[in-house]
Amino acid sequence: MSAPVFAAERLAFRYADAARSALTDVDLAVPEGRFQAIIGPNGSGKSTLARLLLGTFPPSAGRALFRGVDARALPRRELAREVGVVPQSETHAFPMSVGETVAMGRYPHLGPWRAPGAADRRAVLEAMERCDVVDLVHRPTGSLSGGERQRVLIARALAQQPRALVLDEPTASLDVRHEMAIFELLRALCMEGVTVLLVTHNLNLAARYADRLLMLDGGRAVAAGAARQVLDPGIVQAVYRWPIAVRPLGLAGPDADAPQVVPLRPERP
Amino acid sequence: MTGPRAPFAWLVLLLAAALAASLLLGAAGLPAGAVVDALLGSGDAAARVIVLDLRLPRALLALLVGGALGVSGAVFQALLRNPLAEPYILGVSGGAAVGAVGAIVTGLAVVGDWTVPIAAFAGSLAAIALVFRVASGAAGRLDTRVLLLAGVVVGAFFNALILLLLSFAETDRFRAAFFWMMGSLAGAEWSGLVWLALYLLPTLAVLLGLARAFDLLAIGEETTMHLGADPERIKIVAYLTASLAVAASVAVVGVVGFIGLVVPHALRLLWRGDHRFLLPASFIAGAAFLLVTDTVARTLVAPAELPVGVVTALVGVPVFVVLLRRRTA
Repeated sequence: MSAPVFAAERLAFRYADAARSALTDVDLAVPEGRFQAIIGPNGSGKSTLARLLLGTFPPSAGRALFRGVDARALPRRELAREVGVVPQSETHAFPMSVGETVAMGRYPHLGPWRAPGAADRRAVLEAMERCDVVDLVHRPTGSLSGGERQRVLIARALAQQPRALVLDEPTASLDVRHEMAIFELLRALCMEGVTVLLVTHNLNLAARYADRLLMLDGGRAVAAGAARQVLDPGIVQAVYRWPIAVRPLGLAGPDADAPQVVPLRPERP
Repeated sequence: MTGPRAPFAWLVLLLAAALAASLLLGAAGLPAGAVVDALLGSGDAAARVIVLDLRLPRALLALLVGGALGVSGAVFQALLRNPLAEPYILGVSGGAAVGAVGAIVTGLAVVGDWTVPIAAFAGSLAAIALVFRVASGAAGRLDTRVLLLAGVVVGAFFNALILLLLSFAETDRFRAAFFWMMGSLAGAEWSGLVWLALYLLPTLAVLLGLARAFDLLAIGEETTMHLGADPERIKIVAYLTASLAVAASVAVVGVVGFIGLVVPHALRLLWRGDHRFLLPASFIAGAAFLLVTDTVARTLVAPAELPVGVVTALVGVPVFVVLLRRRTA
C-alpha cells in the first residue's frame, strides 16, 4: 500500500506565548482520492491541523507527512504542484484582477521566470470555467462578493492542477446555492481522483459529502471515521455544549442515511 | 493579459524624448546641430566637452538613478505590502545622510571628491545592517511589520544625528551639507558612472528576476508558500538588494525623493500592477522622470541650479494629483 496523501502522527503544536497547545496528539491518515472533512468548534485546532499538514510551520511534536515525507522537508514548489490550498480569506495589498489572481496558480509550474504557455492558459481557463468565474475575469478582486471571492480562490487552486486540495472553511460566508455548488464541485473532483481535505463548520453537508470526518475539540481528536460514528448525539452534544438531535436525512438519493444534526432550543421552565 | 507591449512603447518613447531634451537643453545654449555633431565626435571642442563630458554623463546618471529609485520603490511597496512605502522608508537615506553630512561637517570632504559618496555609502550600509539586525527574529524570519517599524525608528535616530551634526557646522559647511541632502546630479562624471552602472545593473537584474515572486508576496505570505515559493527568502533578498540599490543611488546623488513613491503608483493607475510589468516600467518611467526634472533643475534658473529633489516633488505632485483625480472621476 502506498503512503497516505496526508498523515498526522501524534501531531502537536503550541503557538508561541500560548497558554495551552493548539493541537495535541492528533493522528490522521487521508488516502488517495478520499474526501476528508475536519470539524469541531471554533478554536478547536482545525486550521492549525491543516496548516501543519501543509508544512506551513514545524510541529512542536509528532510528524506531519505528505505521501510519507515530512511536509517541511519537501521543496515548496514541489508541494505546490501536488496540493492546491484555498485559504479562509486573503487581502491583496494592491488591486488585482480575477484573471491575474487565478493565473498565479501557475506559479509552481512556471517558477519565477518562465512565461506562461498554451498549457498554462488552458489550465487557467478550465479552472475559471469550473468555478464559474470566467465572466469576472477583468473584475478587481476587491469588488467581488463573498461567494465570488471564494470561487476565485478555488479556481486559483485548481489552476495549479493539483492532485490534492486543502480548503479552510471555503463556504463560511456563502449562501445555500454557492455553498452547495462548492460541495458538489469538491465531490466531483474527488470522483476524478483528487484528494480533498476540508475544514468546515457545516456538519450536515460534511456528513453528506465527505467520506470520513475527524472531529477536534480543544486540540484533540475526539472522534474519527464515517459520519454515522462521528456525529453521535452524545459526542456532538458534549463537544459543542449545546443540546442537539441527530436524525437521518431521509430524502431519496445517495446520502439518504447521512446523519443530520439539528440543534435544539433549550426548554424553558 | 491583452496588449502588454503598448505601455512599454509609450514609456520608451517618453524616455527617448527625455534623454534628447536633457542633451539638447542647457545653460550653454548650444544649437541642436552642435549637440548632434558633438555626439558624433565632430564639431568644436568646447561643444564636445559640454555634451560628452557634462550633459551625457549627467543624463546617464539621471537615467540610472531614476530607474533604480523607481524599481526599488515598487519593490519596497510589495515587500512591506504598503502603498506608502518608498525607497527611503527603511532608513537607508538617513544612514547615507549621516555619512555625507558627517564628512562635510568634519571637513573630511576636503580630502577628495570621493569622500562624501564613500561616507554616504558606508552610512547607508550601516543603516541597512542595523535595521536588518533589529528586524530579523528567531529562525531567520523577517517580519515585515517589524521591519517597517525598525526602519522608521532607525531613520528617525539618524535624522536626529544629522541635526546634531548640523548644529555644530560652520555656515559654509552647513550650506554644503544642506544642499547635499536635497540631492544633485551636478557631480556626474564618467568613471563614477561606470562604477555605478556595474553595481546597479546586476542588483536591478536580481529584483526584476523576482517580479513574479513579488506578485505572490502582495497576496500574502502563507499563500506565497502554498503557491510554491519561500516568502522568507524572497523578503530577505528583496530587502537587501533593493536597499543596496538605494544606498548607491543616495551616495552618488543625495536624497532625491518622490520618484520611488510616485512612479510605481502612477503606473498602477495608468496601466496595471503585476510586477513583471511594474518593475521594468518603473525603471523606464523613473529614469524619464529624473531626466526631465534634472533638466528643469539645471535650466530654469541657469546658470544657477535648483535642488533636483525639490523639483521632483514640485513637478511630481501635480502630475500625480491629476492622475489620481482622473482615476477617481
